[in-house]
Amino acid sequence: MNLPIGLVVAISFAYLALLFGIAWYGDRRARQGRSIISSPWVYALSIAVYCTAWTYFGSVGRASVEGVWFLPIYLGPMLAMILAWVVVRKMIRIAKTYRITSVADFIASRYGKNPVIAGLVTLITVVGIVPYIALQLKAISAGFGLLTGPSDPTLTEASVTWWQDSTLYMALALAGFIILFGTRHLDMTERHEGMVAAIAFESIIKLVAFLAVGLFVTYGMFNGLGDLFGRALNDPAIAQLMRFDHGATPHLYSQWFALILLAMLSVLFLPRQFQVMVVENVDERHLKRAAWVFPLYLFLINLFVLPIAIAGLIHFGPGQANPDLFVLSLPLAEGARWLALFVFIGGLSAATGMVIVESIAVSTMICNDLVMPALLKTRRFRHRRGGDLTRLLKSIRRLAIVGLLLLGYLYFFLAGDAYALVSIGLISFAAVAQFAPAALAGMYWKGATSAGVLTGLAIGFGLWVWTLMLPSIAKSGWIATGFLDHGPFGLALLKPEQFLGLSGLDPLTHSLFWSLAGNLIAFVVVSFYTRPGAREASQALLFVDVFDRSGGSEPVFWQGQARVDDLVKLSERFLGPDAARRLFAEHAADLGASSIAALEADARLVQRVETRLAGAIGSASARVMVASAVDEEPLEIDDVMRILEEASQLRAYSQALEDKSRSLEQATEKLKRANEQLKSLDRLKDDFMSSVTHELRTPLTSIRALTEMMRDDPDMPTEQRQEFLGIMVAESERLSRLVGQVLDLARIEAGHAEWHNSDVDMQAVVTQAVGSISSRFEDKGAVLEVRAGSHFKPIRADADRLIQVLLNLLSNALKVIPANCGRVVVDVVEDDDGVTVEVADNGPGISLEEQAEVFDKFRQVGDRDQHREGTGLGLPISRQIIEHFGGRMWVESEPGHGATFGFYLPRKQKDDSRAETQRLGERQ
Amino acid sequence: MKRARSSRLVALFCLGWLLFSFPVLSLWDRDVSLFGLPLFPLALFLLWAALIIALAWLMERGES
Repeated sequence: MNLPIGLVVAISFAYLALLFGIAWYGDRRARQGRSIISSPWVYALSIAVYCTAWTYFGSVGRASVEGVWFLPIYLGPMLAMILAWVVVRKMIRIAKTYRITSVADFIASRYGKNPVIAGLVTLITVVGIVPYIALQLKAISAGFGLLTGPSDPTLTEASVTWWQDSTLYMALALAGFIILFGTRHLDMTERHEGMVAAIAFESIIKLVAFLAVGLFVTYGMFNGLGDLFGRALNDPAIAQLMRFDHGATPHLYSQWFALILLAMLSVLFLPRQFQVMVVENVDERHLKRAAWVFPLYLFLINLFVLPIAIAGLIHFGPGQANPDLFVLSLPLAEGARWLALFVFIGGLSAATGMVIVESIAVSTMICNDLVMPALLKTRRFRHRRGGDLTRLLKSIRRLAIVGLLLLGYLYFFLAGDAYALVSIGLISFAAVAQFAPAALAGMYWKGATSAGVLTGLAIGFGLWVWTLMLPSIAKSGWIATGFLDHGPFGLALLKPEQFLGLSGLDPLTHSLFWSLAGNLIAFVVVSFYTRPGAREASQALLFVDVFDRSGGSEPVFWQGQARVDDLVKLSERFLGPDAARRLFAEHAADLGASSIAALEADARLVQRVETRLAGAIGSASARVMVASAVDEEPLEIDDVMRILEEASQLRAYSQALEDKSRSLEQATEKLKRANEQLKSLDRLKDDFMSSVTHELRTPLTSIRALTEMMRDDPDMPTEQRQEFLGIMVAESERLSRLVGQVLDLARIEAGHAEWHNSDVDMQAVVTQAVGSISSRFEDKGAVLEVRAGSHFKPIRADADRLIQVLLNLLSNALKVIPANCGRVVVDVVEDDDGVTVEVADNGPGISLEEQAEVFDKFRQVGDRDQHREGTGLGLPISRQIIEHFGGRMWVESEPGHGATFGFYLPRKQKDDSRAETQRLGERQ
Repeated sequence: MKRARSSRLVALFCLGWLLFSFPVLSLWDRDVSLFGLPLFPLALFLLWAALIIALAWLMERGES
């Protein structure tokens, strides 16, 4: 004895109890709304339920016989997951929107909620999946036998025999555990958070255990990978396992292709994969990470498969021990009993994980798609109103679970010894692959019809039974093998493994080719020649365009009369009173109705009830029940078109409304901005007005004061009178100059100024300006120097205005330069594009802050004494003029070192820059 | 962006399919070992790892 039986049994049950605890905790957290499975990592780990005992034990077994050929089973899912974001996301969206709970429901719902399709898919699943469950039982039982049996591994096969009866009890114990696990909820929900948590935990255990034994074998028993492979390559029998083509079998590549394709389809459509990947998905964004984490998981769990297989072959010698159990027998042979026990628990994880999810998924299918339709056919059941049926539903599912495990045991008992683990699993894969055409085409091709699906499935399933299932039973010795060798009734063409004379392929590839090809061709051809009914057409639209219909505008394909009361009763029957009440309360809340009684039984409510019922009893049964409870008008294909058109019109309206409100928002925003601008312009205008009036008042005040003094004092001496009159004349001149400039500025800004454009010679302009002001420079004892070349190219501008600008700059300079040692330089430089004029003085200069506002209106900088002569409008006007011609004006200065005012005039004025300046002018 | 990701995924799928089928597969199927490891299984695992990395890169970058 390697390990005492009692210990192994106790630890196994302790492990199951731990799983149950995790599930219980997961469910409790889900009820509190604090899900522990809402994470892409947990989601990815739960998808790893793909790795069953078949992977755990069988991969090594396969690798030790066929070498690298264990890999396609995992490369297929790798490739499938690349497309998960495209395909699986659509499956998730469809399943969530229409409350689809199984792969049978998915296909049936797409083809008009057809109960016959649902039944057929379920039937295929049950027949196909039973061997797979048997495989798990076989693995656990064989592992258990090895672990507790005699220490010589060569006797393992014989020692299993006495244990076989106990496998039955093990199956029953598992069934009880699953019933506790998956169907204990009183409220019927299609999702099982606790189960997912437990499955994710199991995935960790099996990965860690497998890596542990891999490391132990590679680095404990051998000196690493190099040593192991070195010894393998020295042995020709083992070395050929490292090659693709290790036998002389033809058509190897088609086998490889078939295995990858098979695994790809299985990872999507195996009932347990559909359950964890689609039904139990919490958030479709989790798929983004799970899509690569799940392949990574597969990668890791496969890393040590070849090393363990090689180690087993080297250690025990070829054919001396069951290679399926190398993971256990190798540590046992080294006396590492606790590691072996841990590895066994890992295998138990792999097997129980599969059996739990598979039987929950399949029992739901059996209940919803086989038993319910049969029950609904009986008159008594359909017409019995009221009464809570949730208990009945649960009982059906529990019975189905027990039935499934017993069937699995039966298969194990009958055929279990005939095949290695991997072969059994592939039989199941090939059955499930039959769903692929119907399900995949259903998501993308609106023309697929239920008649096509039924024909395709029937032909595919029939060929699968004939070419794969029956031969496997025959080879186990339970039916005569005569038909294998000679064909039925001596018809050699119909031989199961050389169908229509096709030979050379291995049985699996052969069967997969015939069943999938027959299925696909029948499906497509019949679909072409049949017309979908109204219900089918509407479901096709809902499935194919599921991404276009999120939001409240999806069409409701139902017409007739219903009473809220009937709907409530119906829901209570199948959902239980609490869930039913919640359903109607939600609907009332969505519509803003005050109470359930105020609800109107319109198409939308009927659809909501039907969808919710579909979650509990499947869409086909839900359809039948709703039809029996309300007064329906039959749906014609014209109605479907009409409803679709109404929905798309509604969508177009809401789209238009949205567009309109968006453009209104934009218009409002624009108006607001314009208003702000107007306000600030208004403020500017007020400032301008107050500045102007202030500037006007100063000279007026002094004129008034002087005239009053002259009026009140008739005896004023003549000299003083003359002096006063002189001041009054000067102030009046300043007034009229001010008024003139204000008018000028206003005209330019409003765009009403008159411009007399001609070809201007810049040199002439400068000469004229300097000539008219030079006498004032002489009066002040200052030097005015002009540095200008000759022969300037003409510029299109108004000469008088340019002279005005220059005079302004020169007179400003004149004001600031010191008496007797002042110096002003006028620089005129021409380049290809235009002319730059700069007027530099040696006055006190302008500080940086003042430079910023020197072009503002009424802003005079420098000493207050100098202000008397200016109006504060000269520079703003000058800048307006320069900008009118498309140029710009600036000031450069360093306090203490004078100031330089300059402007630049382009020779070619761009039209838009001109328009821009025009507009700027209007705005200021 | 969503469109672009879908088409990239389809392209990666085609690449993966190509890498794991005839005749590309036969490139590695020879009696050679690299770092003491037989070439064929090593190549399969390396290609597999590369596909996982490419897929992770496509899925994880962009909008979160």
